[in-house]
Amino acid sequence: MLRDITIGQYFPGNSVIHRLDPRFKIVITVLFIVMLFTGDSIICLSAGAVFTFMAIFFSKIKLKMFVKSVKPLVPFLLITAVLNLILVNSGEILWRWKFIKITDEGLNISIFMIIRIILLIMGTSLLTYTTSPITLTDAIERLLSPLKKLRFPVHELAMMMSIALRFIPTLIEETDKIISAQKARGAEIDSGSFKNRARNLISILVPLFVSAFRRADELATAMECRCYNGGDGRTRLRQLKSAPRDYIALAVTILFLAASIAMGILFK
Amino acid sequence: MMENIIEIKDLHFSYSSGDEKSEPKEVLKGIDLNIKKGEFVAVLGHNGSGKSTLAKHLNAILVPTSGKVIVDGIDTSDDSRLFDLRQRAGMVFQNPDNQIVSSIVEEDVAFALENLGVPYEEMRKRVDGALKAVNMYEYRLHSPSQLSGGQKQRVAIAGIIAMQPDCIILDEPTAMLDPQGRKEVMATIQRMNREQGITIVLITHYMDEAAKCGRVVVMDKGKIMLDDKPEKVFSQVEKLKAIGLDVPQVTELVWELRREGFDISPEIISEDECVEALYRIFQQEKRR
Repeated sequence: MLRDITIGQYFPGNSVIHRLDPRFKIVITVLFIVMLFTGDSIICLSAGAVFTFMAIFFSKIKLKMFVKSVKPLVPFLLITAVLNLILVNSGEILWRWKFIKITDEGLNISIFMIIRIILLIMGTSLLTYTTSPITLTDAIERLLSPLKKLRFPVHELAMMMSIALRFIPTLIEETDKIISAQKARGAEIDSGSFKNRARNLISILVPLFVSAFRRADELATAMECRCYNGGDGRTRLRQLKSAPRDYIALAVTILFLAASIAMGILFK
Repeated sequence: MMENIIEIKDLHFSYSSGDEKSEPKEVLKGIDLNIKKGEFVAVLGHNGSGKSTLAKHLNAILVPTSGKVIVDGIDTSDDSRLFDLRQRAGMVFQNPDNQIVSSIVEEDVAFALENLGVPYEEMRKRVDGALKAVNMYEYRLHSPSQLSGGQKQRVAIAGIIAMQPDCIILDEPTAMLDPQGRKEVMATIQRMNREQGITIVLITHYMDEAAKCGRVVVMDKGKIMLDDKPEKVFSQVEKLKAIGLDVPQVTELVWELRREGFDISPEIISEDECVEALYRIFQQEKRR
């Protein structure tokens, strides 16, 4: 039951987007978010939209997957749109009912917000769809490494993240086992009143935590036995090398960002 | 005479329970043990006999309360040479899940080398070599969660071999595995010992595994009780049974037959030898 959970939703592949250096991908995603938030009219978003769909096309991942990524946020989108419609009062009045006024400007802004958020979700999903969690962690560690000079524990953070990723399947399997064991002892987990189920959840969480602490202790010993001594002087098996395509992708992104800003100024 | 890789002199170890008033519990009560380079030693004992505690002294996870442990010329209580020691004496634990650090097999094997700061080209070579040595090379890009228990344990062994240690200590490495996994792991350990000359200290409670070793050390209540070749150790059936240990099935059969007055050597421990001996007995019976 729990086994189907995938974290990070990574779709293995070999497209250009998959093969981009993860460090560049993170930087590009940040630039992309900047792109979406610089302009304040729908025209400015067209640059972001073209950019998003171009990237999706190159990633060779089905558009359906991106639609799926937006789906859980539909209620949130609707609320944003309705609030914008009602609360923006400036501009020409299109429709009026008692104290509720809908103006053309309100309509404009709500459509603009919806498109912006949809593009934001699709673009950032592309990052996790095409980059495995462990590579992502690695890239974050390297991008943040200048912060080491400020005593920010970059290596420790990355190590914690990668160990967490490593133990997710193990702990899911364990949870499954504990649930079965408690069910065999008569615990109601899928049935019964909400209060009962919540109380029975404790009978799953307690053994799970106990075992997680035991695992942590053993893992720490095993790491020490393999000479783990923090991040200083470590070398890496995984080498990140930037290729010409990474610089091209970055250049294209900057071009789009410039276009988006330019359109914002031109169509003011 | 080959040199000793492990020298233990009058080792005592007590756990303090944290409570000031209560007496610290003495787990090891004077252990003297020398292990030569290239030996394959099994340490047998009942739960609580101190065998795991002894293993933890061999790469300084624990340090003696009194006495000395010297591994490869390094005193384990010498903090300044801790990493040097741990590189030379690698340790494999019981639960394969709790000793694998990375979500990719080859990166886990590289973990120790990354920590030691081995340069990339050398690391690549050693990781590939270690994975091939345990027959897991084709799984190098898999996630450990996709592997069976025996495969995971072999990955853990590869992670140690990559450090190129002189000695590997395995603390009940097969206790959580199915029979197939146990067989794989035992075969791997035996090959390491035979082909690369790595000294092996195998802590176990499986008698059939101990029977395959070159030397068996039996521990009871924090002391060494027997220390000899497996056939000599297992021929002392009464002594082993007295401390709650079983003997291999073959030995048990031979012992029962001897009690019934059959002429069969007490030093038989392998199935093949036993079959042969039984065949001879049948032949003699027929002739009568």
